[in-house]
Amino acid sequence: MADATTSRRRFLARTAALASTLGLWGCSDPSQTPWVLNILGEVENLTRRAQRLFAGGHALAPEYSKADIAAKFRANGTLNPNTNDYTAHLANGFKDWTIAVGGLVDKPLKLSMAELRAMPSRTQITRHDCVEGWSCIGEWTGTPLQVVLAMAGPKDSARYAVFYCADPMGEATMDANGNIIQPPYYYESLDLLEATHPQTILAYKLNGQNLPVEHGAPVRLRAERQLGYKMPKYVQRIELTDTFARIGGGKGGYWEDQGYQWYGGI
Amino acid sequence: MTDTPGSMTQGNADASGPSDRVRAALGLRPRKPNYLFYRHTIAVRALHWLNAIIMLVMLMSGLQIFNAHPALYWGNGADFDHPFISLTAVGTQDNFHGVTEIGSWTFNTDGVLGASTSDGVKSVRGFPDWVTLPAASPNLALGRLWHFAFAWLLVANGMAYVAYAFASGHFRKELLPTSKDFAELPHEIANHARLRFARGEAAKHYNGIQRMTYFVVIFVLGPLIVLTGLTMSPTMDSAFPFLPWIFGGRQSARTIHFICAFSFVAFFLVHIIMVILSGTWNNVRSMITGRYAIETENRNG
Repeated sequence: MADATTSRRRFLARTAALASTLGLWGCSDPSQTPWVLNILGEVENLTRRAQRLFAGGHALAPEYSKADIAAKFRANGTLNPNTNDYTAHLANGFKDWTIAVGGLVDKPLKLSMAELRAMPSRTQITRHDCVEGWSCIGEWTGTPLQVVLAMAGPKDSARYAVFYCADPMGEATMDANGNIIQPPYYYESLDLLEATHPQTILAYKLNGQNLPVEHGAPVRLRAERQLGYKMPKYVQRIELTDTFARIGGGKGGYWEDQGYQWYGGI
Repeated sequence: MTDTPGSMTQGNADASGPSDRVRAALGLRPRKPNYLFYRHTIAVRALHWLNAIIMLVMLMSGLQIFNAHPALYWGNGADFDHPFISLTAVGTQDNFHGVTEIGSWTFNTDGVLGASTSDGVKSVRGFPDWVTLPAASPNLALGRLWHFAFAWLLVANGMAYVAYAFASGHFRKELLPTSKDFAELPHEIANHARLRFARGEAAKHYNGIQRMTYFVVIFVLGPLIVLTGLTMSPTMDSAFPFLPWIFGGRQSARTIHFICAFSFVAFFLVHIIMVILSGTWNNVRSMITGRYAIETENRNG
C-alpha cells in the first residue's frame, strides 16, 4: 500500500515535471533562439537585394500638391537635443553651425548654414513614413546632397555616407566603478546610390519656414525613399567611408544597432 | 489503387475513429455504411498546413508591428486627432484602463485591447502579448524581421498553390464558381443556416458557398494583403508609384491591410466552425491522409 502510494506520488511528480518542461518549451520565444534569428537575418539580405532590384535606380518617391500638406507635422524621436552646445547654437541663430564633410574625399570641407543656403536648392512635397506606421506630408527645401558630395569629391573607395548628429540618445549613466558613461549620439548612414538620389537633400526648411527645433534645426537629412529613422536631424558631420563596421555598434545607425533594418525594410 | 482524387476504398472502410463497440459505450450512434473517398491531393494537403503555420506567424508578427502605432487612418497622411480605430488607454499613469475607440465610440477593452498584463506588469499596448510575435511588446524590430521573412513564404506558398490549381484542373473543377452556384446560392445559404451539410455523393465536391469563399480568399484577399503590404514601403512606392495611388494613400493601404488580416481571421473562425459542424474527424483526416468518408445512400442508422 505504502509502496503503491509512493510510486503514484513519484509518477505524479514526474508527470508534473514533464508537463512543466513541455509548457516551457511551448512558451519559449523562438525570437530568442540564435539559429532562428540567423535564418531570419539571412532572409533579410534576400529582401534587401530584391528591393534593390526593383528600386535600384533613381526612381523618384511620389510628390504631392500643396493641398496635401499636413496641418501639423508630427515630430518624433529627439525633440530637442538639450545639450549646452546645442542650446548655445540655438540662441545664436545657428550662425556658427557647420557641416563638415570628410573621410574618403579628395577635398574635406566645412559649410556654414549661410553657405549651404547659397547653394542650389530643391523643394519637394513628400510623404514622411515612420517605421511605426504613420505618415505625414510636408514641403521640404534643402541642398541636394549630391551637390555637396560633388564639391568634396568622393574617392573611388567610398561606399557609404555616415551622418553624425548633435542629439544624444538618452542620459549619461554611471557604471559599477563610478565611471560616467556618455550616451551614444544619433547617427545614420546611406549608400552612395541613395545619398546621390535627386530627392536626397540637406533640408533647412519645412513648409517654407526655417526648420523647427523638433524637426532637426538647423539642418536634417531627407531621403524620400526611406523610413523616418534613416533621415537624421541636427546633422553636424558627414563622413564618407568604405565600411561602418567600426562606427557605433557597427550596424550603420543608432536604430540599426537596436535591430532595425539598415536598408529600411521592405 | 492509385492516389488520384476521386478514387475510393471499397466497403465499410472507415477504420479510423472509435470502433462501433467504443461508440456504443460512449453513447454515440453507430457508424453509417461508408467508403473512403480520396478527396485532397498531397499537394493541397501540404500547402494547406504550410499556409496555416505561415499565416499564424504573419498574423502574430503583424499585430506586434501594429502595436508600434495602434491606430488606423484613411488617405496618405495620418490625422492623429481622428483615427477611425485606435487601441489606447485612458486614466492616469498609475491607474489606467485599455479602451478601443471606433469613430466617436469608446469601448472598455481593458486587459485585452489598449492595455494588458505581461509578466505581471500592466502596460499600455494595442494587442496583448499572447497574440504577438515576439510576445514582449514593444519589439517592432523583431516583429518586422519575422513578418518580412515569412511574407516570402506566404507568397511562395500561395503561388505554388495557384500554379498547382491551374495545372491540375483543381481551379476549374473545384474553385471557379459556376452560374449554377449563383443560382443555387439562396438555397445553399438556407441549408447552411439550418446546418444541413452535403451528404453522400454531394459531399465529394465543394458546394457553391465554399467555391465562392475560397475564390475570394485566394484571388482577392491574398493579392490584396500582399499589395497593400508592399504599399507601406516608401522604397517600393518609388519603384511602383501606382501602388499608393490605387489604394488611395499609404494610410488607406495600411487600413486595408489590417481589414484583410481580420478577414482572414474571420475566414479561419468560420472555417473551424464548419469543420466541427460537418464532422471534425472526417474533415481533419481528409486534410492529413487525403481520405474522406462518404456515407452510402443506403442508411441503416
